[in-house]
Amino acid sequence: MAIVAQQTKLSKILWPVLAWAVALIIFFPIAYMVMTSFKTDADAVKPELLFTFTPTLENYANMTENYDYWRFASNSIITSVAATLFTLFVAIPCAYAMAFTPSRGTKDILMWMLSTKMLPAAAVLYPMIYMTKAAGLYDTHFLIIMVLSLINLPIVIWMLFTYFKDIPKDIIEAAKMDGVNTWGEVREVLIPLAWGGIASTALLCFIFCWNEAYWTVRLTTTEAATLSKLIEGNRAPEGLFFGRLSAVSTAAVGPIVVLGWFCQKQLVQGLTFGAVK
Amino acid sequence: MSLKSTLSAATALGLISAAGAYADGHSELTIAIVNNGHMINMQTVAEAYTAETGVELNWVSLEEGVLREQVTSDTATGGGQYDIINIGMQEAPIWGQAGWIEPLNFSDDYDVDDILPAMRAGLSYEGTLYAAPFYGESSMVMYRGDLADAAGVSIADNDSWENVAAAAAAMHDPDNGVYGACLRGKPGWGDNGAFITTVANSFGAAWFDADMRPQLDSPEWNAAVTFYVDLLQSYGPPGSEGNSFNEILALYNEDRCGLWIDATIAASFLENENVRYAQSPNAGNPVGANWLWAWAFAIPAGSPNAEAAQDFIEWATSKDYVQAVGNHPEFGWGSVPTGQRASTYEIPEFQAVAGFAEAELAAIDSAAPEATDLKPYVGVQFVAIPEFPEIGSAFGQEMAAALSGAKTVEEALAAAQAAADAIMQEAGYY
Repeated sequence: MAIVAQQTKLSKILWPVLAWAVALIIFFPIAYMVMTSFKTDADAVKPELLFTFTPTLENYANMTENYDYWRFASNSIITSVAATLFTLFVAIPCAYAMAFTPSRGTKDILMWMLSTKMLPAAAVLYPMIYMTKAAGLYDTHFLIIMVLSLINLPIVIWMLFTYFKDIPKDIIEAAKMDGVNTWGEVREVLIPLAWGGIASTALLCFIFCWNEAYWTVRLTTTEAATLSKLIEGNRAPEGLFFGRLSAVSTAAVGPIVVLGWFCQKQLVQGLTFGAVK
Repeated sequence: MSLKSTLSAATALGLISAAGAYADGHSELTIAIVNNGHMINMQTVAEAYTAETGVELNWVSLEEGVLREQVTSDTATGGGQYDIINIGMQEAPIWGQAGWIEPLNFSDDYDVDDILPAMRAGLSYEGTLYAAPFYGESSMVMYRGDLADAAGVSIADNDSWENVAAAAAAMHDPDNGVYGACLRGKPGWGDNGAFITTVANSFGAAWFDADMRPQLDSPEWNAAVTFYVDLLQSYGPPGSEGNSFNEILALYNEDRCGLWIDATIAASFLENENVRYAQSPNAGNPVGANWLWAWAFAIPAGSPNAEAAQDFIEWATSKDYVQAVGNHPEFGWGSVPTGQRASTYEIPEFQAVAGFAEAELAAIDSAAPEATDLKPYVGVQFVAIPEFPEIGSAFGQEMAAALSGAKTVEEALAAAQAAADAIMQEAGYY
């Protein structure tokens, strides 16, 4: 008994220590980036000034004065929010149909949707540029919203389908018996029951949209350029501008990190529990 | 809201956005630039240009690789996104020949003859200037005078590679964190590819023969790459295959490099007071190991604002611009773009703050991008053909493999030769 108690005591200490160690290792690059953002470019590359340095806000001042940070940030917010809403608008009915009235081809459709994620983006870059220019959509919010929606749609439908499948069909049937139409079933029954799953899916979709860089960098110039493009523009092959780059990166990932922090409980719940468990 | 009305609203929103993006008048110029110190400064200095002319400038700053990719795709698809683009010496003659960029014709006041001859030659096609240099660079030896004196060695202009290796050996003190030679090793045609090509040039090697057949299996290439690999493996910092300009600059400023051969622009970033400069070495060959590069402004053929774009380029690459930076309260004479105009090097205020000026000008003047009997193609550290980035990238990977010890020099050169041969054959050169 004493040995078991000792082991329990040891594991009570060991696991949290291990968890903290892993968390600190994972968090270190982010902390390093944030610290570097408060250093001058000259100090940023000096190893002896890793933790002890005179903090400066010059990188942030430079970012807002010279790089028009707020324009990039507002574009990120507009495109990510709109793309998330549009994706859910399409994905919820789609997942609903596949979860509650599956056909013989449902599994194949799901696999086909997922397979579109396997296509290397670079393979369709030039056709995309040609087509969007010809349609007059290059460098517009509309284009970025559509692109972000389409690249996230498969994964969002998959996630929602998984949540919806956990909802007993009887509940939907009962609503039908009560004379509720299809839209009513989705609005009055499905969404309230699967709210946790929908919220966590929406949050993940928003994070994916915010962080997307391949298309947002290549399909924009000035009007619809997002924070990804601002970061890209601060990489320099000849010159150590790590302070500036870190400030821009911190300001770009900051909002999403804070959002994730606030929503982590819902996010973990949504990802680990089913819809009605 | 019904589905129909929602979709209509979304479409309308998109069309409004699209229309907004193309509603720009002629008083706006969109300029794609590479991100570096001179370009960053220009965005501030150009406020005076906007105040004077009323032309609004939209800057799109991009990392070098992404800039090339985006500018290439924009130019190849008929342009329209950018009025002015930042391109280098590799692109200017090729794009000029393809008609992707406009020829530049400046007023007499511009004094085009003041542009350094090597720069003018590298940015022209058949004698027509297609891009105006904003700043230019060559490469040279930068070494620690204090370490060299303590070790009793020195490096002369155009010294032999043997003497350079001996100096590196004498300054090499790994126990105290000092490495004799810091050189580019990171794979990439503009990274290790650029440096190794200049070494090969000085050993009498060339990328192609007169029929454009790759020559990487020649004894000269073998000698050059063997020397490079031996030098770095013996006296270089560990992990040199991951080092390029920025990594070595950080090492040098931490006082961990004895000598560094790289872009002349590095001189303006060096913090150690004991730095000395020397012209690039050679191996008894008339071609020295110094490269030539410029970041220049060009006008895509599809630009609807070509006239305004030309006016801006004339201002940004003029003598007046150099004066504007030198006299700017935020910058000063240490920050003026160099390597483009001979007159810049004659300005006393600039000479007073730029100890590297003389060495830089000499390095640029001695670089020879023109085709010769020895090197029958245009370009120094690259070859001005569209296929070169692909060939150079494959070459860079193989050289990094040789440096890390994953392959022998012979194996790496054989693999690079095979890759280059396949690419050139596919392109229809022979």
